[in-house]
Amino acid sequence: MADLELTGAEIVVRCLQAEGVKHLFGYPGGAVLNIYDEIYKQNGFEHILVRHEQAAVHAADAYARSTGQVGVALVTSGPGATNAVTGIATAYMDSIPMVVITGQVPTPAIGMDAFQEVDTIGITRPCVKHNFLVKDVRELADTMKKAFYIAATGRPGPVVVDIPKDVTQHKCLFHYPDSIAMRSYNPTSKGHGGQIKRAVQMLLEAKRPVIYIGGGVILGNAAQQITAFARLLGYPVTSTLMGLGGYPSPDPLFLGMLGMHGTIEANMAMQHSDVLLAVGARFDDRVIGNPKHFSSEARKIIHIDVDPSSISKRVRVDVPIVGDVAKVLEEFSRLIQASPERPEQQAIKAWWAQIELWRSQDCLKYDRSSPVIKPQYVVEKLYEVTGGEAFVTSDVGQHQMWAAQYYKFDKPRRWINSGGLGTMGFGLPAAMGVQLAHPGADVACITGEGSIQMNIQELATCKQSKLPIKIILLNNGYLGMVRQWQEFFYEERYAESYMSSLPDFVKLAESYGHVGMRIEKPGDVEGALREAFAMKERLVFLDFLTDPRENVYPMIPAGKGLSEMILI
Amino acid sequence: MRHILSLLMENEAGALSRVAGLFSARGYNIESLTVAPTEDATLSRMTIVTRGSDEVVEQITKQLNKLVDIVKVQDLTDGSHIERELMLVKVRASGEYREEMKRLADIFRGRIIDVTDKTYTIELTGAGSKLDAFLEAVDVSAILETVRTGASGIGRGERIMKI
Ligand SMILES: Cc1ncc(C[n+]2csc(CCOP(=O)(O)OP(=O)(O)O)c2C)c(N)n1
Repeated sequence: MADLELTGAEIVVRCLQAEGVKHLFGYPGGAVLNIYDEIYKQNGFEHILVRHEQAAVHAADAYARSTGQVGVALVTSGPGATNAVTGIATAYMDSIPMVVITGQVPTPAIGMDAFQEVDTIGITRPCVKHNFLVKDVRELADTMKKAFYIAATGRPGPVVVDIPKDVTQHKCLFHYPDSIAMRSYNPTSKGHGGQIKRAVQMLLEAKRPVIYIGGGVILGNAAQQITAFARLLGYPVTSTLMGLGGYPSPDPLFLGMLGMHGTIEANMAMQHSDVLLAVGARFDDRVIGNPKHFSSEARKIIHIDVDPSSISKRVRVDVPIVGDVAKVLEEFSRLIQASPERPEQQAIKAWWAQIELWRSQDCLKYDRSSPVIKPQYVVEKLYEVTGGEAFVTSDVGQHQMWAAQYYKFDKPRRWINSGGLGTMGFGLPAAMGVQLAHPGADVACITGEGSIQMNIQELATCKQSKLPIKIILLNNGYLGMVRQWQEFFYEERYAESYMSSLPDFVKLAESYGHVGMRIEKPGDVEGALREAFAMKERLVFLDFLTDPRENVYPMIPAGKGLSEMILI
Repeated sequence: MRHILSLLMENEAGALSRVAGLFSARGYNIESLTVAPTEDATLSRMTIVTRGSDEVVEQITKQLNKLVDIVKVQDLTDGSHIERELMLVKVRASGEYREEMKRLADIFRGRIIDVTDKTYTIELTGAGSKLDAFLEAVDVSAILETVRTGASGIGRGERIMKI
């Protein structure tokens, strides 16, 4: 391409096109008007006008989660940027590749407390993988290239590009580099051969092995590799909230989710394992509780992660392997296939017998004869009605845990939730991003009446952009997860966890031009879901009135060990 | 344990605040931090003195390496190294103090770089412990002002940090 003299605003648009961006989520304002003017003139990508900047960022984030491509959002300076911060932090905690372009006041006005000026670089620094302030239009194209490169490689993460308004007006010759090399940024991808051999040997000698997968398996596109590897050895697999779908949930080797609301079999197997293979997971507090309890049992730990700082952070590891998880797992499988050794069948059989004993406690059972709708039942029916094929986004609270426990994800990138930051308000905008990326697919947003109200305004975006999302509201009248903690740990003092005066969600949905349904009886759940999913072109808001006193079980209280579960 | 970390980083606006922000956000401690450009103007060299268990310092090193602006991190305390700090001390230099301060400065190989009839300003370099020892040797009430640069460190002999 011959170099052309272009304005900064034109350059931004050209860069996005060159990166193959198809959807840009944003909200206009003074500092980005030049960029918007160029967006108006082009048709290389579609701009989705949200109703709040937080939603633009969540939508871009979920777009990335469901496709593996970098999500892109555009917001104005000042309040536009600050509104985006929750979304950026959400993506950062879950390592989601994203580029957020923020407008900034003109360079001469920076530091003058100008109208709509905030120090976006300073505010976002702790919650981005990297950020850039572009002070000269001649640096713009290279910076955009770097932003996409950094966001997508290594351990992915959000990158902010802050562009002052005058830079979008200034002109320079445009040249978009094909590739970029940075001496200060060279993510490792190939695991250490010696360590891989040690790990494989350790795994072959294991008597009580467990494979523990996390979000890194999804982000690293390693679902196939981990599935092949686990089946090769016949070892049990458990997953964090973020890893769900990385290994097919209906498979007999799968023990379910582990952690605070994990299954008995998963948590007990973790606790009693003698060799633990952690893949793209980070031993966080919601997963292993207090690390003191965890390391008290003797076990060898192998940890594969693309980010060295995730290794030996909370739990000391015996065999660290830094590298691309998919490549390392391929090497694992290759070595095992080439080796004459096999695990000691007797021991592995005994281990499985023990696991089946734990599993037989059926810790996810619930009262199926209840006259009020049980939230678990709604999720189970959703799984049936969608044939397990839906993309499911969620908000944060009890409904999120029920979604994770009862929707048996068997493909990666189908389960979209805010695991690290736990951001209420994520679900609906996330569903928008997913639906745009997968126009024909069933997209369900499982939410609570607290969470949905944190970004309810996006119903308008869904109308404008014709997004036929199905909102599955598990309406228990409470900030349910808060209520549960108050019941268990605060002697039932329900401080500010009850919301009276909820809106009529059916009318609310209708007033935005959507379909609303209220479901009050268990017998109507399946029919309503079928009816809703048959409406391919419409957003349907299903308000399920569920048991207000239902709790999420099992539960490990914060700070306790993995074997200290509260059961139903 | 006290560790001295040497960093090579891109000489860019904001790089320093990324390092400082990392330490405060993760609750790591900074005893001192110095930074200046190197002979290659695109690179800065930083020396950070920190304290922490081996696990904590390992995490600090990994987290620093993760920062996009950081080119190289080395824990100088892993091998033999030299550490130097510069201190300027303004002391009382009237009456009985005048002779004593001169003598003390000589003992510590300091140089008097500014003189008035009431004060001396003494320049001292050395390891941090030597500067501490000087301050302890001087009568507290005679010390008017001190300013220290924090430690700079470099590996001994063939131990070279370059890109
Ligand atoms: C933005 C934000 N504020 C507060 C919280 C704390 N919090 C976690 S779960 C929860 C209750 C969620 O209630 P609801 O959305 O109704 O879901 P439920 O637990 O009832 O299923 C709250 C307040 C949070 N996670 N995010």
